[in-house]
Amino acid sequence: MHSFVYRANALLTFAVMVLAFMCAMASLSDNLNSLSPSAQLQVLNVNWFQKSTQGNDEVSMTLNISANLQSLFTWNTKQVFAFLTAEYETPKNSLNQVSLWDGIIPSKEHAKFSIHTTNKYRFTDQGCNLLGKQYNLTLHWHVMPKTGKMFADKLVMTGFRLPEEYR
Amino acid sequence: MDWQGQKLAEQLMQILLLAFAVVAFATGYAFGSFQTMLLTYTSGVVVTALITVPNWPFFNRHHLKWLDPSEAEKHPKPQTANSSSRKKASKK
Repeated sequence: MHSFVYRANALLTFAVMVLAFMCAMASLSDNLNSLSPSAQLQVLNVNWFQKSTQGNDEVSMTLNISANLQSLFTWNTKQVFAFLTAEYETPKNSLNQVSLWDGIIPSKEHAKFSIHTTNKYRFTDQGCNLLGKQYNLTLHWHVMPKTGKMFADKLVMTGFRLPEEYR
Repeated sequence: MDWQGQKLAEQLMQILLLAFAVVAFATGYAFGSFQTMLLTYTSGVVVTALITVPNWPFFNRHHLKWLDPSEAEKHPKPQTANSSSRKKASKK
């Protein structure tokens, strides 16, 4: 406190430390949020089902994804990253997870949506295991904060089945 | 600044920053806006800097009492080389 520069330095250092503490408090306040997300998934049509040039099974389908993720947003949320995966079991792998669609939800207003789309990414298998396969469609979401801890969760929907023949 | 002023400046700085932090967090949480919190806090930091960093007169109320020069001359520093100077005098 002996000179102008000394006091300015002390003030700035303390201000930054207090700011770090405030950001930690903001992150902790996210735990007070009560979550109630909901989602519905429908496979409207299997467009084609073929073997690719590498010899692996590949499917293209039209999906209807509708979800209400508004309750995930808090004052400390930057965006929510949501993605849809198809999960199934094969003799070689106990869990196969193929990402079919993803999207970034930048604000609460955009969090209630209904999307009609073909799969954004290829639904390809390691091999030829998909004929007549039963699979789950799981909607995952990552709640990305402005500061602090990121939360991730998912909603599993079972009971989907691929066709028995190629088309 | 004098010693009391420095102590006052440091205490004022800490209390003001903490107070502005609490106010900023409360307004940000109430309005549901992270940006509100940051803006309130930044303006608080600027206000605190204006109050505590420059050398305002109210920090200089308890003046440091330096010893008066005329008073200092009356009490000269004691001479430690007295015995050696007396030997030199007797030789002459």
